[in-house]
Amino acid sequence: MAKQGPIKMDGVITETLPNAMFRVKLDNGHEILAHISGKMRMNYIKILVGDKVTAELSPYDLTKGRITYRYK
Amino acid sequence: MAKILIKSEEQIELMRESCRIVAEVLRLLASSIVAGITTSELDRIAEEYIRSQGAQPAFKGYGNDKRNLFPASICASIDEQVVHGVPDGRQLQAGEIISIDVGVRKLDYYGDGAWTFAVGKVSEDKRRLMRVTEEALYQGIARARPGNHVRDISEAVQRYVEDEGFSVVKELVGHGVGKKLHEEPAVPNFVSTDNPAAGVKLRPGMTIAIEPMVNAGNDKVNVHSDGWTVLTDDGRPSAHFEHTILITKDEPEVLTK
Repeated sequence: MAKQGPIKMDGVITETLPNAMFRVKLDNGHEILAHISGKMRMNYIKILVGDKVTAELSPYDLTKGRITYRYK
Repeated sequence: MAKILIKSEEQIELMRESCRIVAEVLRLLASSIVAGITTSELDRIAEEYIRSQGAQPAFKGYGNDKRNLFPASICASIDEQVVHGVPDGRQLQAGEIISIDVGVRKLDYYGDGAWTFAVGKVSEDKRRLMRVTEEALYQGIARARPGNHVRDISEAVQRYVEDEGFSVVKELVGHGVGKKLHEEPAVPNFVSTDNPAAGVKLRPGMTIAIEPMVNAGNDKVNVHSDGWTVLTDDGRPSAHFEHTILITKDEPEVLTK
């Protein structure tokens, strides 16, 4: 059986937390806890409250995710 | 990312047994596929054999949504159904192609494999789709050697399929197999910059399922309202071949052979 690839969803940052963690309100209304992807961290992409981002959700725990893109 | 498990010789022996049952089920179904048989009948044959071997069907009751767990022992996906088709009363018709995906758990270890079969005589286009998908699987397996990375497998599959003018599905991926049906690493059939597993180095003792899902038309897919069946967006056929393999110190060992 094929495994589901990462589920991607857009949302807005509602809170910045310590350790590069963020609370993201997804477009479907759910709130998740997300960390920032390693690639974004390497490129020093700053993320602030109100930014629109793309998060990849873990297929196993839909309350957690990884921010992979910040819209300009 | 969760840890990638290196299996001991003892664990590998258990996986060989689960994978042997997967291969036997596929052989059994190959000889049962004929115009007129229903997919639920194929499912019954598979489940009976799996249980006769002291094993359990791994897909039955699988899923993330507790209200809609997979209800059967095999996935049966006909023509434009890519994967995860739910067996039902539909009768196979000559000219169709059917992808059967089987998962087995025995003594806590899993095996996973899939094959696409022709029902009676099928068109030259469908024959070529099946041939290319099977060959793409072997192109991927050939790269599954220590020192290579997951990305090498993905790249081999994608390049072969696209050179033949077909497309690979990107919403679903291959995966590690072992004490769970789905383990790390994810093994996509395409190269992507955002697969964190792409750079994982292959090491002896890793067990992974390589499973190209190849569409005759474009790569877009949708999920049916049943929550399981994945369908091509353009309605053109799709094929699926999968082996669970073991990375060894030289040639990979195909466990579901």
